[in-house]
Amino acid sequence: MDFNDTKEEAEFRAEARAFLDKHLEPKTGARPRPGSGKDALQRAKDWQKIKAENKFAQITWPEEWGGRGGTSMQSVIWGQEESKYDAPTGPFAIGLGMCVPTVIAFGSDAHKKRYVEKALKGEEIWCQLFSEPSAGSDVAGLKTKAVKDGDEWVINGQKVWTSGAHYSDFGIVLVRTNPKVPKHKGLTMFIVNMKQKGVEVRPIHQASGGREFNEVYFTDVRIPDSDRLGEVGAGWKVALVTLMNERLAVGGSPGPDWGEIMEYAKSSGTITDQAFREKLADWYVAAQGYKLTKFRTMTALSRGQTPGPENSIGKIITANHLQDICNSAIEMQDHYGIINDAETMPGDAIFQQSFMWAPGLRIAGGTDEILKNIIAERVLGLPQDVRVDKDLPFDEMKAG
Amino acid sequence: MNFDFSEDQKFLANEARKFLESQCGMGEVRAVLNDDSKAYNEGVWKKVVEMGWLGTSIPEEHGGLGLGMLEMCVLAEEMGRVLAPVPWASTAYFFTEALKLAGSEAQQAEIFPKIVSGDVIGCYAASEGPGNPDAASLKTTFDGKTISGVKVPVTDGDVATHAVVLAKDGKGASLVLVDLSGKGVSKKVLSTLDPTRSHAELTFDKAPATLLGKSGDGAVLNDELLNRVAVLIAFEQLGGASRCLEMAKDYAMERYAFGRPIGGNQAIKHKLAEMYVKNEVARSNCFYGAWALSTDAAELPEAAAAARVAASEAFWFASKENIQTHGGMGFTWEVDCHLFYRRAKLLAVQAGSPKVWKEKLVRAIETKNAA
Repeated sequence: MDFNDTKEEAEFRAEARAFLDKHLEPKTGARPRPGSGKDALQRAKDWQKIKAENKFAQITWPEEWGGRGGTSMQSVIWGQEESKYDAPTGPFAIGLGMCVPTVIAFGSDAHKKRYVEKALKGEEIWCQLFSEPSAGSDVAGLKTKAVKDGDEWVINGQKVWTSGAHYSDFGIVLVRTNPKVPKHKGLTMFIVNMKQKGVEVRPIHQASGGREFNEVYFTDVRIPDSDRLGEVGAGWKVALVTLMNERLAVGGSPGPDWGEIMEYAKSSGTITDQAFREKLADWYVAAQGYKLTKFRTMTALSRGQTPGPENSIGKIITANHLQDICNSAIEMQDHYGIINDAETMPGDAIFQQSFMWAPGLRIAGGTDEILKNIIAERVLGLPQDVRVDKDLPFDEMKAG
Repeated sequence: MNFDFSEDQKFLANEARKFLESQCGMGEVRAVLNDDSKAYNEGVWKKVVEMGWLGTSIPEEHGGLGLGMLEMCVLAEEMGRVLAPVPWASTAYFFTEALKLAGSEAQQAEIFPKIVSGDVIGCYAASEGPGNPDAASLKTTFDGKTISGVKVPVTDGDVATHAVVLAKDGKGASLVLVDLSGKGVSKKVLSTLDPTRSHAELTFDKAPATLLGKSGDGAVLNDELLNRVAVLIAFEQLGGASRCLEMAKDYAMERYAFGRPIGGNQAIKHKLAEMYVKNEVARSNCFYGAWALSTDAAELPEAAAAARVAASEAFWFASKENIQTHGGMGFTWEVDCHLFYRRAKLLAVQAGSPKVWKEKLVRAIETKNAA
């Protein structure tokens, strides 16, 4: 038992570091602010191009598609090393992690030739259009419809929580092509040009005050049948492949952690409070538990095995702890803790900012409840929930 | 990255599981539970001795197998799964590790072979009542040749042949070795929450004792010993917690209410998913503890504390919610849930309760940050 790289892993890590050192600055101690500057997108595109030219853009993709043909372990190592640098990677995570692999799996040769290389080089950005206002956890209940008109489909409806829709060039969109069959059977997946007529992107004003996500409205948007991914009515199967491609999470914490609240408690004097110390120990144990669980997953990858389900615990732990830590940090300051102005509040009001972000983290990418269902059903083998709409045609389902 | 047990260690775990499932089922545990005259299951103990497990981490020159602490961790988890009703932890964790830490070459040469052969059953006597004794609060005294005082409770104190005792002398706290068959030792069996592990009050009245390690080093040795033992107990807790999740899952699949298995209800599914999350957090922290223990890493104090905190929480949660999942059946004497609930509490408070280990953990982090 040890934490060392194998010889091959160490060589790859050294190669990755040398490449990163040449092109980027290491992260400094300060927590980077969310990239919102005007040139943030261009910086991200430039970095993506350099990565693609040096075969660091998609480690596990076959070389045929511009990847490195590397192992999952190399991909994890790359992620670890890249995260130590001030690397602008955000805009490409969903496109290259989920959308383009779906195009590679289900698209025609013409699609692959047209889209894959440009996406890899950062010349075109992709978004994923699944969620709808009335279809979140139960995404197969979505309503956006596509009606065939000659060689084209006409799309009408609304998508929601679409990351990056405002700067995306293309998207993969899941729509209902047949409302007369049960919900999973009437869906079809298409490639959609986000810049075409009838596509309208509106930012969502989030509870946190920010506007990082979008609603996307489709009004008589026409998509050629040749831009269909998979068979008509097989959209759910295609969507499952998209979701399976979600990258193995290797990033750091999504906000302030036990170490930061410990520093904060030292300066405020709370560190001597026994109740606080016990909570601090709990946060440490949970954070360590998550970090070390990722090491177990990496060990399986390093040994050429398929990781077990242990990694599924990650978001449940981190999102809830972030919320709890922020809550404690605010209460630690009593009335003063209500101030969320970064100029006034020491530490850039990071606990106050994250306090408002944490509720979203418990919902995005699978709510706590859906994740617990997944653990119960797929890991423990417990029965599925009762699904009263299972055999009902979609247009006879109750909705609200 | 190689953060897992080796194939050989997994093989050992698998063999141990098969052996214990066939030789130490719940019937063997209940034989102790239902018979007040039985302090432990002598039949199971004899077989454990025959397997040579007591020598797992004892050097070959002293008759042991000379394996490492990772193998001990593997066995601890398996012993925890079956609620082994034998003085295993007292002998193989506390007593053996105390001798390894503080025993002289002569003391080790004399005692270790007898541990391996089963002639010596050991125990560790520190507690003198509520709270954790330290050099200032210790009442048991050592005059250089004998000890006097009362230790309560002592796990396996009534069946042990030898004890390592924390006592105070002119220089502070010291560890001493006592032959419990000698004069000046009296034992009183205690009733506890976990009748499948025996406990006693040991009274020493000028009982002959020999020093282990240096006089005055007792507090430091006690800390070091507990850090090492904490990892092993955490693995026992992990084994017990894993077993509780399996029991709850199996029952939730076979018990029908309102026309379907109760495991199809989200209230049960989410409860069991929470158990799984806590168990995985405990497992990962236990692995880190195992690594620190087996490599004598400087991180052992925080790793041991984290393993202990995580595993105590996991076993507590899994054992109480396992009863809840079983409903009324879970509250009967005949169904095994309460045995895990009892053991979970014993292991949570033995060698320091979670609040003690949480404080140790924060202090370890502070010490590290200050360095």
